Amino acid sequence: MKISKFNIVLLGLALVAPFAFYPVLLMKVLCFALFACAFNLLLGFVGLLSFGHAVFLGTGGYVTGYLMMNTGLTPELGILAGTIASGLLGAVYGKLSVKREGIYFAMVTLALAQLMFFVFLQAPFTGGEDGLQGIPRGHLFGFIDLSDNLNMYYFVLAIFLFGFWLINRTVHSPFGQILKAIRDNEPRATSLGYNVNDYKWAAFVISAALAGLAGSTKTLVFQLASLTDVHWHMSGEVVLMTLLGGMGTIFGPVVGAAVVVGIQNFLSGGELGNYVHIIMGLIFIVCVLAFRSGIVGEIQKIVKRNFG
Amino acid sequence: MSADYVLETQNLIKEFKGFTAVDDVSLKIQRGNIHALIGPNGAGKTTVFNLLTKFLTPTSGTILFNGNDITSMQSAAIARKGVVRSFQISAVFPHLSVLENVRVALQRKEGNSFHFWKSDKILNRLNDRAVELLESVGLGDFADAKTVDLSYGRKRALEIATTLALEPELMLLDEPTQGMGHEDVDVVANLIKRVSKDRTILMVEHNLHVVSKLADQITVLQRGAVLTEGNYETVSADPRVQEAYLGVAAEEVQA
Ligand SMILES: Nc1ncnc2c1ncn2[C@@H]1O[C@H](COP(=O)(O)OP(=O)(O)OP(=O)(O)O)[C@@H](O)[C@H]1O
Ligand SMILES: [Mg+2]
Repeated sequence: MKISKFNIVLLGLALVAPFAFYPVLLMKVLCFALFACAFNLLLGFVGLLSFGHAVFLGTGGYVTGYLMMNTGLTPELGILAGTIASGLLGAVYGKLSVKREGIYFAMVTLALAQLMFFVFLQAPFTGGEDGLQGIPRGHLFGFIDLSDNLNMYYFVLAIFLFGFWLINRTVHSPFGQILKAIRDNEPRATSLGYNVNDYKWAAFVISAALAGLAGSTKTLVFQLASLTDVHWHMSGEVVLMTLLGGMGTIFGPVVGAAVVVGIQNFLSGGELGNYVHIIMGLIFIVCVLAFRSGIVGEIQKIVKRNFG
Repeated sequence: MSADYVLETQNLIKEFKGFTAVDDVSLKIQRGNIHALIGPNGAGKTTVFNLLTKFLTPTSGTILFNGNDITSMQSAAIARKGVVRSFQISAVFPHLSVLENVRVALQRKEGNSFHFWKSDKILNRLNDRAVELLESVGLGDFADAKTVDLSYGRKRALEIATTLALEPELMLLDEPTQGMGHEDVDVVANLIKRVSKDRTILMVEHNLHVVSKLADQITVLQRGAVLTEGNYETVSADPRVQEAYLGVAAEEVQA
């Protein structure tokens, strides 16, 4: 009951937020929060560190962007197509990677992601270094004009809530129960008759599809699909967001995404703009050394210690 | 189909980079027996378990389960056939509750293990059966405890309850009493005796007292090869076994 009251307050805040903050910034936070939550499904609940997750963000973005520019697709269908494309790519990449363990898994996902980076760099329909620019946001269901930022914001919020709900449901589902068992003791799960690689693969596909959903949505918000979203920097950034917020927690990635986007936004305007990467790196080091369970993880510990 | 032997191995060999850990082992495990696999440290007992459950691939040899060749099957598939193993180091899911540990095993036959869109509340219908299993190993009061917090002996008991949930035809137990105090050893030994009623058990065990109490048949391994086989009287009277076991037996007395 307490939890749901908390959630209602959060939802209320999210609904009024665009009247206090710049909607595009809020939408950016929501897209990255969804991306980080999708990534956390793998890292926090299966124990798989993907180091190429940007490829699913970017693929969703490019597919949605291309379709919005070149066909008369409505935005919800454009986003659906981008999500499916990332899910399919995830199905292939997952097959190739989930058998690997630990650092090898990270390396294979990175290598596969780099492969797609060069495809997007060279392919004739992605605009090369410039990316796809001026992507129309279109009319939701054919009649809600998304070029209005407030409309767009509520659409993005709905998408985020759907993705967030689905990840939560996955974690607290019969499937999620097996994922947790695998994370806890993989050989034991095998000895109980579970083909652990099939479960990891399914989680990989769900994570990839939701990362694609985040990327497709982000493309509509910024009306841009570019190489930044498939670059390995982006893969690193989502690791940072998740660890900073608290991996394996439900709200951690959301908080992590908000903090990272907030800092980047704050720095990019001022004189410190050139030092963004160094500052993010320092934050990363401090967070790994001092708050091992991330912001939300540490708060949970304090709450447990004092009220539990 | 042989009704007598649940499991047979024929000339099982496992080599690690020129070192033969399992050397031409042919086992016959009779249905309904408690069969003990004993031998000094490094004799290859755990390796045999790993081969039987395909956690390792044999270099050569054949494994028959109920007369069917399972040598090329995958670990999880072998488990689904009814050969379920435990591990030398206790095999539990530490961050799940005690109840959830057993439920993970019960869940397999429900056919919902890929249903990510359903609430895990539907698993609650397995709770009664899970509690029953926990009670059968004396863990009825611990259903809601976190598994990490259990004592070592109770973790082993939980492991047995989880294995029993699958109703395996053949249970492989790797040193179920290792590292336990006397009381826990007796509890677990009695438990094994009790659960052996409707099934066959192959167990690795260092504690010769437990072996003498439980085992119908004993196979002694030494340096990967079968040294001798038979019941406790035959095996313990064999001078080669006494020699191979002298060190271990002395340790046991001290312990
Ligand atoms: N994966 C492996 N790679 C290389 N050598 C191995 C491997 N697994 C086991 N061995 C070696 O094979 C031999 C047999 O090991 P095993 O673990 O089967 O012995 P054990 O009889 O179970 O001993 P213990 O009583 O100590 O548990 C040992 O010398 C061990 O070092
Ligand atoms: Mg061993």
